[in-house]
Amino acid sequence: MTEIRFAGFGGQGIIRSGIIIGKAVSIFDEKFATMNQSFGPEARGGACSAQIVLSDEQVLYPYVTVPDILVAMSQEAYTTYESELGEGGILIIDADLVRPRSTGAKIRLYTVPATRFAEELGNRIIANVAMLGFFTAVTGVVSLEAMKKTIPSLVPPGFLEMNLKAFDRGYAYGQDVLAGEKAEKTKSPLKRRNYHVR
Amino acid sequence: MCAQKIAEKPRPEVAEEPHPMESILRMERIPHIWCPGCGIGTTVTAFAAALEKLEWDLDNVCIVSGIGCTGRVAGYMRLDSFHTTHGRAIPYATGIKLGNPKLKVIVFSGDGDLIAIGGNHFIHAARRNIDLTVICVNNFIYAMTGGQMAPTTPPKGYATTSPYGSFEMPFNIPHLAESCGAVYVARWTALHIRRLTEAIMEALQKPGFSLVEVITPCANYWGRINKLGVGLDLMKFYHQNSVIKHGEDTRNLGIEFQKPIVVGKFVDRERPTYLEAYNKRLAERLGDKFKPYGGEA
Amino acid sequence: MKADPKGVLTGSHYLDGDHACAEGALAAGCRFFGGYPITPSTEVAERFAQRCPLVGAIFIQMEDELASLASVIGASWSGLKSMTVTSGPGFSLMMEHVGLAVMTETPLVLADVQRGGPSTGLPTTTGQADMMQARWGSHGDYEIIALSPNSPQETFDFTIKAFNLSEKYRVPVLLMMDECVGHMTEKVIIPAAEEIEIEPRRFYKGPQGKYLPFKPDKDMVPPMVKVGDGYRFHITGLTHDERGYPDMTVDCQEKLVRRLVDKIRKNADDIIEFEEDGVEGADVVVVAYGITSRVTLRAIKLARKEGIKVGILRLIVVWPFPEKRIRELARQVKALVMPEINYGQVVLELDRCACGQAEVVLVPHGGGWVHDPDDILYAIRQAARGKRVGEGIVEYHRKKRG
Repeated sequence: MTEIRFAGFGGQGIIRSGIIIGKAVSIFDEKFATMNQSFGPEARGGACSAQIVLSDEQVLYPYVTVPDILVAMSQEAYTTYESELGEGGILIIDADLVRPRSTGAKIRLYTVPATRFAEELGNRIIANVAMLGFFTAVTGVVSLEAMKKTIPSLVPPGFLEMNLKAFDRGYAYGQDVLAGEKAEKTKSPLKRRNYHVR
Repeated sequence: MCAQKIAEKPRPEVAEEPHPMESILRMERIPHIWCPGCGIGTTVTAFAAALEKLEWDLDNVCIVSGIGCTGRVAGYMRLDSFHTTHGRAIPYATGIKLGNPKLKVIVFSGDGDLIAIGGNHFIHAARRNIDLTVICVNNFIYAMTGGQMAPTTPPKGYATTSPYGSFEMPFNIPHLAESCGAVYVARWTALHIRRLTEAIMEALQKPGFSLVEVITPCANYWGRINKLGVGLDLMKFYHQNSVIKHGEDTRNLGIEFQKPIVVGKFVDRERPTYLEAYNKRLAERLGDKFKPYGGEA
Repeated sequence: MKADPKGVLTGSHYLDGDHACAEGALAAGCRFFGGYPITPSTEVAERFAQRCPLVGAIFIQMEDELASLASVIGASWSGLKSMTVTSGPGFSLMMEHVGLAVMTETPLVLADVQRGGPSTGLPTTTGQADMMQARWGSHGDYEIIALSPNSPQETFDFTIKAFNLSEKYRVPVLLMMDECVGHMTEKVIIPAAEEIEIEPRRFYKGPQGKYLPFKPDKDMVPPMVKVGDGYRFHITGLTHDERGYPDMTVDCQEKLVRRLVDKIRKNADDIIEFEEDGVEGADVVVVAYGITSRVTLRAIKLARKEGIKVGILRLIVVWPFPEKRIRELARQVKALVMPEINYGQVVLELDRCACGQAEVVLVPHGGGWVHDPDDILYAIRQAARGKRVGEGIVEYHRKKRG
């Protein structure tokens, strides 16, 4: 079972990202994926988060308890949810939107300039899709094929090409990071923790 | 028990002749519950006459009432008929009409039912221009429950819940209807049977939300509590105090206690009905993917 | 009868429970939706608004919940399968017309996406505290059918089931969802139309002059006609005879209301549906419904790891209640545990049916979230230890950390 929290602020496509991951896993990877969104006063405009629980069997408890993966696309999301990440958990942050504080937590930190990629491709609204590309590469919880099959059904047709470019950009960046991590690991395994990529 | 026994006895003085409105009334339910001197029966006669003159296939005509004296009208009409809940005849009728747009749906109810507890539904159905004809019997009082104040009770009018005389501003029903978008608005009294029948015929033929307000005598409560005499006295009052002013600005149609009552046809205008607007808009937006909604009969 | 393919969106979808409810209804042949938006049920209305024009159905946003259910009853008599949806305060407003639909034996489906209450309460979070209102909410005496799904897939399936039951028994059927299920997104498989079984309306086919709208068949349910078919029938919320005419006598009341109650009670075995797992030989059986039945499964897994013999009886149909089965179980087990997101509603029925034969344990939750499975686990553990019978409903509370 993998618990994921995808967090940011309204308008960043946070919930949509949760739906894309969930749909890819449940429809195309044929596993179980339960997606829930945080409702509440905060759900309109301000902070926003999607919870996705992935499993090989039916998900019984539908919410995230101790996330294995946290994606933070805003400082507020980072501040709110960073502490709930479990030991060995993966934290993915947007390089330009989140400034992580150094903690002693035994987590794997990945940084990706998703919003910058999106802006370079012409629209910051697709930052979440660049983030999804990176997420797919570094976490391995969802297959590349499944994500590629899902995205066309969940983005506006006129923007599909741009979205796929953003996804590929994020994915390629993630692969580079993994390659660097592998190289680093062979050199000095102790440095794996709190691995910053800038 | 007693009433049944009497009804079973042959009454030779009553001719074998059929009732002239037998085809449209549920004769097995007659005698009706209305009091002597009440104007609802007269209004029903006008309605029945209107249907007869229109020569419609009555299988496609449906009547919906709420609760109250007038709420019982549905039960006496030999039509598909619904006696619903207090105030909700209009949304109920809306469901029937949208469920099968080929039907002609009439809401026949009282002022308290339609304008107090059902006021919200009245204004929204008028706004949407749902294709319904509403016949609103206004007797200024809640009669079935023994004479309580209504939203139509004129100031100084007495009722059991306005024992010192009402001081609230009553609704001017034609003005309310016009303001909310009704396409046809008329008011007559139970005295004006011929004109009332014509108005109901016009309203029935008008696509969209049409309203006919009928001022009717309630001898047992409105008349008695306000010491206005019996039904005939109230009819005499209408005779002497009704002022016919077709096309009158509906703002001038407020009714004051024992003051002249302006009657006539006030509004007759064109506006797309709910379903016309629905079909037009969706065809514009959806093109071939949309088939105009006509209901599945 | 098979489903009309026009409304069936066959395929694998990733839908939330609210959207799955609308799809289930369209698949079941629902062609009229009248509703008023209210959180957390709004997404059902939104889905209908978008889909109805594409499948030849009609959607109307009414002015309030009173009007919504009134329009649904009217449309049902026009011959369309019809539904509405609501939550919280809207459910209270609809109670008047639940009674009218019961009294006039009008088939329809009303989905309640439960949220925290009383009053405005917790509009955006979950609850299961409308269960007794579902059972008894309208005035007067009646029996009703209520189903409770625990996933979007079940919401789709049970909405179809709800329509089928409502047509079969001419009764409004309540689909008791909750915010968690309504807003939870999961895979929903919509089968091909020919794989969906639909209960057609029981239309009277006899001569026009002979039709009695409330003359029951052998199963106590009368056949129906629709407006415009020439039967010239009358329908009233007053106590009425077989002709549908008001007959406000003690005899008529006895005959009519007795039948309204009996057509559900005497057909209860056909209506009631539940699932069981590990009940034989269990010391403790957890009885649960809706989202709580799902969270309970996690607690049960953990309890079984500890060696506790625990089973689950999961209510699919909550009303009518599986009285016979609970009486049997009460004689076999030490305790019956019921977690529910309220302070004790359906557990009252559980306790009544247990008749002091087994300990009855309530795991309450005030609403706003689902149970912590550890709370249910704790109650299972405590219940497995002893049998405190005759002390009424017991609650065991886990000491919370920190």
